[in-house]
Amino acid sequence: MAIRPAPAASDAAVLQASRRRLVSDGLGIIASAGGFGLVYGLAARAAGFSPIEASAMSVIVFAGASQFAAVGYVLGGFSWIGVILLTGFINARHFLYAASLAPYLTDRPWPIRAVMAHLLTDEAFALSTAHFRRIGRADLKGYWWAAIGTTFIPWNIATIVGVVVGGSIPEPGRLGLDVIFPAAMAGLAVGLVTGRRELVAALVGAVSAVAVSLAWDPAAGILVGGLLGPLVGLALPGPPVAHRHPDDPMPLGRQIGALVEAALEPVDRDAPPSAGRNADR
Amino acid sequence: MNTDLVLLAVFMGLATYPMRAIPLLVPGVERLPQRATAYLRLVAPAVLAALAAVNVMVALDANRVPSFHVGVEWLAVLVCGALVAARRSLLLGLLLAAGLVALLRATSVAALP
Repeated sequence: MAIRPAPAASDAAVLQASRRRLVSDGLGIIASAGGFGLVYGLAARAAGFSPIEASAMSVIVFAGASQFAAVGYVLGGFSWIGVILLTGFINARHFLYAASLAPYLTDRPWPIRAVMAHLLTDEAFALSTAHFRRIGRADLKGYWWAAIGTTFIPWNIATIVGVVVGGSIPEPGRLGLDVIFPAAMAGLAVGLVTGRRELVAALVGAVSAVAVSLAWDPAAGILVGGLLGPLVGLALPGPPVAHRHPDDPMPLGRQIGALVEAALEPVDRDAPPSAGRNADR
Repeated sequence: MNTDLVLLAVFMGLATYPMRAIPLLVPGVERLPQRATAYLRLVAPAVLAALAAVNVMVALDANRVPSFHVGVEWLAVLVCGALVAARRSLLLGLLLAAGLVALLRATSVAALP
C-alpha cells in the first residue's frame, strides 16, 4: 500500500511545523555525528589509516558501526573477505530502514531513491521517518537535511579533523557526546510511540536486541530486535491507542495512563492496523 | 599517502549499498498488503529502541566479546526519553542528557567510557 500525499488543506502549515521540528531535532544529531566522526577519525589514525583511506570509508561506506569495526579488523589483520562479509552483516539492519521508508517513496524517480539509499543511516532513518509520519507523506528536502545536513557532512568533516589533527582534540566522552546517539535514538523512539502496538514493538525490540547482543553480537541483536519487535506488536489486537499527532504535546503521566488504560480495555480485532491522523494514506 | 584501503572501502560500500537500496528500488512496494505495511510501520520504534538499548547496555571488549553494562548512560537515555515524551523536544533532551553525563564524569561520580 503506497503512502500518498495528505490532503492539501493546512498541508503547508503542517509541513513547515514538522520541518522546524526536524531542524531542531537534527541539531542534536549533528553533535552526535560530529562526536562519533571525530572518534572514528582518531581510531583510524591510530590504526594507521591515511586521511584518504579514512575519508574514503566515511564517504563510500558511510556507516559508523561497520567503519569502527573495520578499523579493528584491519588492525587485527583480518582478511578483506572477512571484513566485507562482516560489514554486510553489521549493516543488514539498513534493509529494514529502507523497507520501512519505501512505501513513502514509490512515486519518486529511481535515481533519487538510489541516492537516498546511499545516505540511509540510523540517524537519517530516525529523523526522516518521524518527519514523514508527522506530515503523512515523504518530503525530500526533509530527507536531505536528515541525511546530509545532520549526518553526512558532520560525519565526514569530523573524520578528516580526527585523522589529521589527532591527539590534540579533547576526548568526546568528557563532553558527554558519546551518549547523544543512544539518547537520540531513545528520544525518537519515544516520539514514535503513539499506541500500544508501537510501545510493545519498542519494548520487545529493545529487550530482544540486548539479549541477542549479549548471547551473540550487537549487530545481530539490533537486527533481531528490529524484526521481532514489530512482529509481537502486530500480534496485539486493535488499533493504536492514542490517535494523536506526534507533535501534539501530551504529559508523560497522561501518556502512560492512556497506554495502560488502552491495554486493559477490550478492542476490535478487525479494526485496521493504522488509523487516525498518522494512518497510511 | 597510502591508498590501499580505498579499495576495501569500495568493497565495503558494495556490501552495504544493497541493504539500503533493494527495498527502495525494487518495484511492488506500493502493492504490499495492509498487514505488511502495518508491520513496517512498527519497525521504526522497535529498531530505534533496540539501538538505544544495545548502545547503553552492551559493552564490547577489544575482541568484540559482549558484556552487560550498567552506567550513567542509562540515566542519560531515560532523561532524554522522558523529556521527549513530556515536552516533545529532542534537542532539549539531548542537551540535558549530554550535560548530565559530562557533569557526573567531571565530578568523578561516573567513569569515562
